Amino acid sequence: MSVRRPLGWAGEVLITVGALLLLFVAWQLWWTDVVANRAAAQVVDGLRDDFARAPDGQAGEDATGAVATGDAFALMYVPRLGADWVRPVVEGTGTDELSSGIGHYDGTAAPGQVGNFAVAGHRTTWGRPFHDIDTLAAGDRVVVETAANVYVYAVTGHEIVAPDDVAVIAPVPDEPGTAASDPVLTITSCHPKYSAAQRYVVYARLEQTVDPADLDAARSGEEVG
Amino acid sequence: MYAALWRALPGPTWAKGLQALVLLGAVVVVCFLWVFPWLAPLLPFTDVTVGP
Repeated sequence: MSVRRPLGWAGEVLITVGALLLLFVAWQLWWTDVVANRAAAQVVDGLRDDFARAPDGQAGEDATGAVATGDAFALMYVPRLGADWVRPVVEGTGTDELSSGIGHYDGTAAPGQVGNFAVAGHRTTWGRPFHDIDTLAAGDRVVVETAANVYVYAVTGHEIVAPDDVAVIAPVPDEPGTAASDPVLTITSCHPKYSAAQRYVVYARLEQTVDPADLDAARSGEEVG
Repeated sequence: MYAALWRALPGPTWAKGLQALVLLGAVVVVCFLWVFPWLAPLLPFTDVTVGP
């Protein structure tokens, strides 16, 4: 008994730790998806209502300065990731923002503006919006809907970089310090899947700006305007 | 540890079993709602942003 007792306690502690680790993996891989998908769907519905109420034909830029951290201000559609694929774009790239949608890097350009509209989204866990980001090819559409406009970006390429490579979200990607001349889009996500050793970066360029009424045509790839 | 807990639970065996299940469920709920959401950002597995 004097020998078995302490071993029994140690064994129980080890089994408990193992069970808690498995529980954490289940939470991370399954429950965060449940929570995030529910939150994203709610935000998408709310934004659609907001956009429907916004006055029609309200032209011009959507200023990013006015958006508070955590607020959703746009919807992103990536047809390559699924015909129904839609995610809210939320201001900020903190844990809370990324758990309900695509996060917009503070201080980067607004959708459609000259400069870099830079966003980040999860590749695994938390709804994993960019799980298949590596399937995006040059020419694929990334459609961003705001209250005022629908912006159609076309993918120009991708890159795998180190996590500290902030140049990818510079106004001109990979050329920090250069003044912006084109409206571009940068998406960052993790790479490889289930790791955070690197970042998968997709670049796109603004192709055209269309009226919100032509959203469906823009998503399906028809020529509009 | 668990043997001591089992002995500490009152009532007949079926009541002990029921209480053990409730305790287990409570541990899962506390972990899912508070412990894991606090822990996850401290781990690097789900970082997707670039930054210094």
